[in-house]
Parts: sequence; C-alpha cells; structure tokens
Amino acid sequence: MINTPTNQLSFSDASCGTGLKNALAMPRAKVISTVSDSGIRGRGGAGFPVSVKWNLCGLAKGDKKFVVCNADEGEPGTFKDRVLLDDFAALVFDGMTIAAYAAGASEGILYLRAEYAYLRDGLEEMLRMRRKEGLLGENILGSKLNFDIQIFMGGGAYVCGEETALIESLEGNRGEPRNRPPFPIDMGYFNQPTVVNNVETLAWVSCIFEKGAAWFKDQGTEGSAGPKLFSVSGDCQKGGVYEFPMGITIAELLTQVGGDDAKCVQIGGASGRLVPSSEFNRRICFEDVATGGSIIVFGQNRKALDIAENFLEFFEEESCGQCTPCRDGNEKLLKGIRMLKDGTCSMQRLLSLKDLAETMQLASRCGLGQSSPNIFLDVINQYDNEFELTSDANSEPECRIGA
Amino acid sequence: MSAQQTTAIGANIPVTIDGMDIRVPLKTTILDAAKELGIRIPTLCHHADLCEGGLCRVCVVEVEGKRTLQASCAYPITEPMKIKTSSAKVRKARKNILQLMLSNHAGDCTTCNRNQNCELQKLASEYGITTHPFGKVKRPKYAIDHSSLSVVRDNNKCILCRRCERTCAEIQGVNALVTANRGIETEIQTFMNLPLGDTMCINCGQCINRCPTGALQTVDATCDVWKAIDDPKKHVVIQTAPAPRAAIAECFGEAPGTPRTFEMNTALRRAGFNKVFDTNFTADLTILEEGTELLKRLYGALVQKDASVALPQFTSCSPGWIKYIEQFYPEYLPNVSSAKSPQQMFGALIKTYYAEKNGVDPKDIVSVSLMPCTAKKYECARPEMNDSGFKDIDYVLTTRELGKLIKEAGIDLPQMPKSDFDEPFGTATGSGVIFGATGGVMESAIRTVVELVCGIQIEDLFEHANVIPVRGFEGVRYAELPISAVGPVPEVLKDVVPDWNWLKDATLKVAICHGTANAQKVMDDIRAGGKFSECHFIEFMACPGGCLGGGGQPIPTNKDIRSKRANAIYAEDMAYTVRKSHLNEAVLRLYKEFLTDGIGGHKAHHLLHTSYTDRSLGVRGSNK
Repeated sequence: MINTPTNQLSFSDASCGTGLKNALAMPRAKVISTVSDSGIRGRGGAGFPVSVKWNLCGLAKGDKKFVVCNADEGEPGTFKDRVLLDDFAALVFDGMTIAAYAAGASEGILYLRAEYAYLRDGLEEMLRMRRKEGLLGENILGSKLNFDIQIFMGGGAYVCGEETALIESLEGNRGEPRNRPPFPIDMGYFNQPTVVNNVETLAWVSCIFEKGAAWFKDQGTEGSAGPKLFSVSGDCQKGGVYEFPMGITIAELLTQVGGDDAKCVQIGGASGRLVPSSEFNRRICFEDVATGGSIIVFGQNRKALDIAENFLEFFEEESCGQCTPCRDGNEKLLKGIRMLKDGTCSMQRLLSLKDLAETMQLASRCGLGQSSPNIFLDVINQYDNEFELTSDANSEPECRIGA
Repeated sequence: MSAQQTTAIGANIPVTIDGMDIRVPLKTTILDAAKELGIRIPTLCHHADLCEGGLCRVCVVEVEGKRTLQASCAYPITEPMKIKTSSAKVRKARKNILQLMLSNHAGDCTTCNRNQNCELQKLASEYGITTHPFGKVKRPKYAIDHSSLSVVRDNNKCILCRRCERTCAEIQGVNALVTANRGIETEIQTFMNLPLGDTMCINCGQCINRCPTGALQTVDATCDVWKAIDDPKKHVVIQTAPAPRAAIAECFGEAPGTPRTFEMNTALRRAGFNKVFDTNFTADLTILEEGTELLKRLYGALVQKDASVALPQFTSCSPGWIKYIEQFYPEYLPNVSSAKSPQQMFGALIKTYYAEKNGVDPKDIVSVSLMPCTAKKYECARPEMNDSGFKDIDYVLTTRELGKLIKEAGIDLPQMPKSDFDEPFGTATGSGVIFGATGGVMESAIRTVVELVCGIQIEDLFEHANVIPVRGFEGVRYAELPISAVGPVPEVLKDVVPDWNWLKDATLKVAICHGTANAQKVMDDIRAGGKFSECHFIEFMACPGGCLGGGGQPIPTNKDIRSKRANAIYAEDMAYTVRKSHLNEAVLRLYKEFLTDGIGGHKAHHLLHTSYTDRSLGVRGSNK
C-alpha cells in the first residue's frame, strides 16, 4: 500500500484506461507537448526529461522501435515499484502504451526483477485481459496504434537496472553497461531506437493524461515537478511507501515517517548521498538531493563506518566487473573502510583513497562506479570524528608509500 | 543527444583537441582524431583489430560540457567538441587506474616472459608509477594453467582488458575464453573453467598476440631446443617457415616488413643448429600432393560420377583450422585434403629421406621447426604424426621464441652475413614463400594447376605470375578461373588422368578465407547449399592475414603490421627465379630418388598424408 499523509493518493483514484484513451485521442505531437508541459522527469533516479527521450526516439531512424519498462528495482532500500506493480499495474501498462504511441514503438518489454517473479503470473494475466479488451494488440482502442507487451525476467544483477546493461541482458548477453553514446534512443534493443522508462514514470504519465499536465506541474518544485513515491526504511517508526510532492525537506519527511531523531539519512539508495542531521533542511528534488525513491534512515546509535562498509560490500560484489575504476576501486575503498575501522589506516592511505574515489566518480564507465564512491566520501568527510588515523605509513603492512 | 539529425553522414566535424583544431569524419573516435594530431593517448583494452573497448578507462579524456571523463577509444565524435587529453584531472585518473591495475597484478616484471614488451609495464613507467598506494598482491590467486600444448594462462597477470575474449569471439568465432563472475571476482575463464587444453580452444594463439601483459603466453620450447643443441650426440636441424622470416626482424627492433631470411640462416647456424632447411620445400611438395588430390577428386566427381567424392576440397596446412573443423564441422572432414601440412611433411622426410641420404641415425636427429604459429605445437604432438617411425617433429619454436633464443646466443641477427639454406632441400620457389600470406596456398596451387592442365605459362594469364584475384586481406574472397584450353597430361600425372579434355571450358571456382570466424561463415554457407558449396577448392587459414599474422609472431601484430609483412613475403616471391612449385628441382629429385611411386603414390601417401578425428564437442564444451 502507498501511504499518503496528505490524503491525496494520486493513484487510487486514477482509473485504468482513461489516461490512455485521452492520449490516443491526441495527435502524437500533442502527447509529447503534454508530457513536456507536465515537466515530468524520469523517476528512476537520473531525472532525464521524459518528453525529450520520447521525442528523440520518435525522430530516430530504425526498423522497429521499443518501449522498455525498467522494473529491475535493485537499488538498496527501494520497493515502491513493487507496490505499483502489485496494486496499479494497469497504470504502468497504460503508460507504456502511451510511450509507444509517442515514440512510434510497436513492442514493449517489461523487464521484471528476478526477485519479483511472484508478480509475474498476475501481470501476465493482466496482459491477456488487456489484449481481450483491445488495450493491447492491433488498433488499440480504435486508434492506429499496434502495440504489445511481453515480460522478461531479470537475472538478479543490480547493474541491470542501468538501462544499457538492462538492454544487454534482454539481448541475452552479460548484463554490462554499454559505451554511451550511442544512447538507447538511437541504438537500444538490438540496435533499434528504444525508450527505457522506470515503472513509476510510466504510472505518472497515465495520471498526467487523466488529470492534465497542469495538475502534475502544480505539484513539486520548479525543476522537479509532480509528486514522487518514496520507499522509506531503516530506523523510523513507520517505514513503507509514501507519496510526497517533490521538494519536501528531509526534516518534513522524517516527521511523517517517525524518524525525527535520525543521525543521518541515505537518500537515493546505496549510490545516493548520506545526509547528516545538520543538513535535514535540504530538499529532496533534482535541484538539491536527488533520489529514485530510496530513503534509509539511520538512528543515533549507527556508526558511519558500518554504513559505508555495508554499502561498499554491496558494490564490490555488484560492480559488473567491466571497467577498472569500479571493479578494483570499490574493493580498495572497502579495504580502506575496514582499515579505518581497525585503526590501521594512515593519513597517506586515506588521501590516496580520496583521490581514487574522485577518479572513480570521473572515470567509471557507468553510473554505478561513478556514484559508489559517494558513500565513502560522505562518511570520511562528515564523520571524521568516528575514526583515528595512524601517522606512520610504514605501519601498513602491505604498502610502502614513497615520496 | 542525437546528433545525426543535424549532422549529415560523411560531413567533417570540427573538434578542438588540446587547443589544436581538426575536422574529422562523423563517428571518428576521439582516440583516432587525437592520433591525427600526433597526440598519443594511452590505451590498454583498445586493439585496432577488435571492436571498441571502453573498459580499462586508461584512455579517458576531458570533454568540455561533460561531467565525467570519457573513454576516447569508444567515444564517437558526432558533434563539435573541445577535448583535453592530458589535463591534471586526466593524468590523475590515469595514474589511479594504472595503480589499481598494478595492485591486482601479481608478478615480477623481471621474471615475466613479456618483460620489456608489456603494455602495462610501459604505461606504468610513462606515468611514473613508483609506489603501490593501494597495496599489492602478496600471493598469487590462480594456479597457472599449463594444460594446453600451445597457450599458457596466468590469470594472476590478467588486467581484464578482455582483448583475448574479443579476439576469440570476433576474429575466431571460437569463444574459448569468456568473462565470468562479477565485481572483484570477475575473471577470464574457459567454458566451465576447464583446463584450456581440454576445451574447444584451437591453439591459434591469437589471444597471446593481443594480450597486453603476460597473462597469456606461448608454451616455451627454447629450453628443450637448447638442451638438444648442447648435446653433442644430437643432430639438430631446423626448418623455417616463410612467415617468421618476414617478421623476425621485429624481434630485433627493426621495422615490420624488413626481410631477414638469409641473415637468419646464418644466425641459426651460429646458434648451433646443424642444418637449416626451408619449409618452402614441403610447401612446394604440398602443392604437388594436394593439387593432385584435387585433380583426382575433380576427375572422380566429374568424369567417373563418383558420388562419394567430397568437394569442395579444403586446404589442410593450418592446424588451427584443422582443430576448428574437427570440432565444429566434423561432417565435412572428408573435404579436407589428406595432405599433411608442410611442417609435418618435412618432419616425416627429415627422419627418413634426409637421414638415409646423409647417413644420420634418425634417432639422433632432433627436428625443430620455426613457425609463426602456436597451433603447430599441438599439431606435432598429434599421435598420427609419427610416420617416420619417430616423432616427426620434436619441437616447434615460434618466431618470438626464436628471437629470444638468438638473443640468448649473443647474436645480433640483422648484422649477420647472408647465407643460403642447406641441401638436399635447397632453396625453394616463390610459390612456397607465399604460403605465408592469406591466399598464398591458392595462388601457388593455381600457378601449378593452370600450367599442368592448360599447358600454358601462368604469365600468359597473370602478369609476372601474380594471381592478383586471390590476394588481399578481405576476410572471405571468391574467384573464378575459366579453363579455355587444355594441354597434354604431363609425365608426372600420367597415372592420375588419361587426358584433360573433361576440364575444357570448365570454370574453376575457388575461395579463400582467414580467421575462423570467417571460416564459420563459409562453412555455414556450404551447409546451406550456398555459393561456396559450388567451389572446387577453398583455402582456410585460422589466423587473420594467414600465417604472417600467426599467434606465434612478434607482438604487436595488427592490420598495418600484417600488411607490411605481406609486402616482404610477396617481394621475396618476386626475387626467386623459380616461382612455381612443380618446377622445384629438389622436389622433383625427391620423387625420383625416394618417393619412387610418384605423386600421390603409396610411399608418398604413407609419409605425406594423414587422417583427421571427429572432435565434436560434448555438452561440456570439452574436446575430449
């Protein structure tokens, strides 16, 4: 279920097919301008403007175009897509169909996280019903749109949430991010123009076409329009999925979920930012602290180094292993955190690791390695009172530091 | 984001790199654009023969307006941009990346086979890496895999550039090496992590040639060869294939394509080899045996209407190709010529004909061959290669190993006086020499077959006997050769056919392909009854460029270097007075003195021909 402290649950009063019907009644250009007017940006985390993506895909040359719904919800601490697919899947499928209309796609794929296999039968059943009702297939709702959706199960790798790795996985390859450019809108699934959107993005699109672009635009902030779902977990009284408008401050959110006493909050999952209590007045939106929806609350008794260790263990394992900075870098950062915990890390080593973390942010091939060092930097910068450094580099048994 | 809407294909895009302006065609990589300006961006996962990498990240550059650094080897320029290739940010990133690689790279440079020819070592030096700020490997993680007869795998030295994987997939279509696992556990594995020697690896060694470090190496025979040379009771002979002599100069710092054939002969003698022979002798012999086999097949199929005759006939000189077809297309083994490769023909003759003629006890002969090829090491160990009553070839040295051996002997090869090959095999013909290049076997066969069948000079059809239609580096080539007139059957073929009238007005259809990924295309076409199934004769070489691009050739090997080696080979061909296999005096003498029942006769068959093994892969991808 979705908690709406403001009592304005946008999804529960949205009805299946309405937004889709409205969209299909418009010319394609009008669909794109409506999405543009709503100001909606991708809900998966990166916040790319949805209308731009659809428009570019529509303009790109290709034999066939695809819409992929990214339901590989793998970011630690996020589970809002699962709730959407469980309770509001019709809106997601509506959204995919609208996207197909706007981008000129004829095939849709729902890339479902391996751990969500239990949802599959229900979703397949819903797709069958939609075909029966004329919501999928040829001439959808009497329009000229021909479009169908199939479900593809992910294999369980975190990195497959990255859109190009997801496409590689769809093609039957190792789930590894591609070089970009070219971007999926030009060369995606089997090198055809492909739109990849997050589950939540597509659900909101359905609501936008039911309630209007202005309804969406009026919520949130200037650069981050609309409401947003948040997956809240950790040291708070009322964890769960919440709907809040974009731009809510961390403090306001914590009050709603019963986490006022938090020491710090990880916003945006393992690859996000660790915000200390001194900065709880910051706003959650693309202009300030961005998130795909994951909010993990840490209480006063948590140790910053433990948090970093936990996340870096995750990254060390979940790096796809392609590029050097991410594959080897995460291991070194984790080792560094453990040395800090043991009290064996020298100042020299810490400076080297900071340097390395910056290199990883700049030189990694995809968002995983570019963001995994965040937690390392946040912890050593903000919680330097929680560790001691040794002065002598030579006390480190495995490294001889030179000039 | 999508620049092709505004920029037409073929247009030149202005870019500024390190303050210098240049216009480059659409989709030129930043790396190539920088090269145009004389800027050398370091690379490790990039290789000119392979698809884009973007993996190691050592080639990152700063692109104005981009938040992150971009891998220049994988970034196609589609819009005007400003690039910095060596800013402080870039240099720091590169240094960190190299330090990361070194932290997981186990091995001592001084004891590594690739010492002084290692791309990682070179970059570590260029970027002034003198410390290990992220630690270093204290004990090796992997056991070294010595199971293959050709390739040694030391994963401890692997930097996961994945050039080997891409080589095996893109160039060879074999996929013996693949990436497995994830994160810090990522590693290059064989199928099911089997020992390499038990997998579908075809031993071509192309992976070794593209490995930037010492993670993939050749099984080294230099110690064994030294031992033989040092043993006064042994009579050590070496045969040298055509491709190494077009490349050995590279081992001594000379430019690719510098021919050092005759200096090498002197160097080999000074190093202690008792005799230096030319493998081209048996290349010429191959043409006679394999060419006759082809004519017999054609006669059987076209005149005697024998449905059991397998056509097209496939060449058999490339041992990588042989293992490939044994594994992947075993139902076509009857199409493979039964003629042994030149190396193995020579091996069988050295311990019989040569031993007899020179009064040497064959058991005292140590027969070494110098090859551009790592698969030759596997070939000489095949149990069927013992027709002389001994192991026909004792040791195979690759070009790289020979370079080492000559250096260890204290010899500066390029400074050697020139000397010829030893009798009784003499100096061969130009046809033998061009066996080293893709299309060479076909060209030699055409020179001989046309002259024997048509009774004309090949020069009447092709200027200077250069059969240009079969040359080049295109992966798969096809040519037709109309036979407009036929001549009398020459003496040597009197037992094979009564006349040539059945070939009058026929069109000989031939094809050439190199790299087993290309072989796969041709074989699938044949299986589907396509154009290549109507060919009469197809040359297959496992390695790109043929033997001159072999897995045992000096590192680096790439398109440009292959083409320079080919020039050396064709120049050597032109320099020979005799350029057709059937005019090789020493070969004709061999039939007169030793293989007295003629070409394709019983004795020739015993020593010069072989059979093949169905090595269809089981479900485990093992060849056993």
